[in-house]
Amino acid sequence: MTPDARPLLALRGLTKRYPTGDLALDGVDLEVPPGQVMALIGPSGAGKSTLIRCVNRLVEPSAGEVRLDGEDLTRLGRGALRRARRRMGMIFQEYALVERLSVMENVLSGRLGYTGFWAAWFRRFPRRDVVEAFRLLDRVGLAHMADKRADALSGGQRQRVGIVRALMQDPALLLVDEPTASLDPKTSRQIMRLLVELCEERGLAAIVNIHDVALAQEFARRIVGLRQGRIVFDGPAETLDAAALTRIYGEEDWSRTIRRAEAAEEEELA
Amino acid sequence: MSATAAPFDAVAAARAWRPPPLIATRWLRWAIYLGALLYAVLGVATVEVNWARAAEGLERGARFLAGFLPPDFLTKREDILEGLLESVTMTVVSTAIGIALSVPVALGASRNLAPLPIYLFCRAIIAISRTFQEVIIAIVFVAMVGFGPLAGMLTLAFATIGFMAKLLAEDIEDIERAQAEAVRATGAGWFSWIAWGVLPQVKPRLIGLSAYRLDINFRESAVLGLVGAGGIGDTLNTAFDRYEFDTAAAILLIIIAIVLACEYASGWLRRWVQ
Repeated sequence: MTPDARPLLALRGLTKRYPTGDLALDGVDLEVPPGQVMALIGPSGAGKSTLIRCVNRLVEPSAGEVRLDGEDLTRLGRGALRRARRRMGMIFQEYALVERLSVMENVLSGRLGYTGFWAAWFRRFPRRDVVEAFRLLDRVGLAHMADKRADALSGGQRQRVGIVRALMQDPALLLVDEPTASLDPKTSRQIMRLLVELCEERGLAAIVNIHDVALAQEFARRIVGLRQGRIVFDGPAETLDAAALTRIYGEEDWSRTIRRAEAAEEEELA
Repeated sequence: MSATAAPFDAVAAARAWRPPPLIATRWLRWAIYLGALLYAVLGVATVEVNWARAAEGLERGARFLAGFLPPDFLTKREDILEGLLESVTMTVVSTAIGIALSVPVALGASRNLAPLPIYLFCRAIIAISRTFQEVIIAIVFVAMVGFGPLAGMLTLAFATIGFMAKLLAEDIEDIERAQAEAVRATGAGWFSWIAWGVLPQVKPRLIGLSAYRLDINFRESAVLGLVGAGGIGDTLNTAFDRYEFDTAAAILLIIIAIVLACEYASGWLRRWVQ
């Protein structure tokens, strides 16, 4: 294997069994090369959310390896895990901004992994962090909102703040959990487009959990399908057909779902 | 539904429907109702009321109340002022110490933050602090450190820990998990995580409870004097002992005024932080 081809993230036999006995992940093997935006689709309860939370160990895996740049994260102690988490930005379904903090504070919280406790307590972040925060807020069109409280923003604006917070970590990988689930269709597309653009600009890899198959097909080059904790599909977005969807979600008339991505594209052009 | 089945009769079903009773088991329901009634009847029957004595007491009570009038603020003004100052000091210091100590206990007593052994330990502290009424704790502290405001201060600080930690822990257990999780995902350390992911969510409650506790502590400080733990209660107790009812009335009026002011201020503060 040449050094260039080494995956950024490699999961080997990743398994998660919850204390209730539910097997959420069942021996998942997955490789994500640097800079690749990958969509992870699958029915509710398939283990999508568990999978990305096992990567940064917000959920502890029961067995298997999670290798980031070759380092097995499942063996790290607390300090080393915190350092590893800084390289993985996370974006959440319900934005998960700290609502009583301002937009700028939320954005700067992305730097907490690099900042000592007292500096964080007194909000004394290095000047370059604050400059970077304003630059990124401006990139997503929210620089003028810096001092607004997070709960004063609309859904799309909040998710953009969530994206900026993740980018502040200077990550190599984004873990994105249903970024559009709480957004209307138009905002969903804007958010997905922004996400993909930012990943391209910065050469970031991303695992995007997403319910909307059409959106996944439109914005991700690679799609992985998860069903009952196992990968049942892994291929380029164009190869996701009715047979693949049936394998992932079960029997249903998929002809319209697959065509929808193209139709939506045309609609937008019109 | 098969074609042969009788059509569902919604009217008949509606007639048969009854709102569910509080206690589902019929015999248990009646047993409880009858038992409660029987207990009330027997209870009332055992109370012996001596109407003659009550009438006499009424007259004596009227004389006692008349002794309060007019309230005398001036004769003992130095004693009153000293007692008041002592009470206020006691209140402020004990509230500050109590809150400072209650925050770590509250963190430990939140099941979503603390591992089980720490959780049980902190819950035990809260339980002990809340089991005993302030006056009982004060008696213990007076025995330990002697008469005076130090005992009162220790009592109130101790009671504040249980009160604040319990209510704050409840709020911490109700935080939005996702917000805290997001802060943890950035690689923040434990203290930074608490300060950024948890504290902002419980801050309004923390401030509101603190204001409320300040108000409670002042009221309690007036009671604690009765067992020798210093403050305005001591002054009040002395006034009663010397049959200086007019001075006692003045002290009571002052206490009422301060408690009302505290209550109004803390209510306003709580609305403001929401």
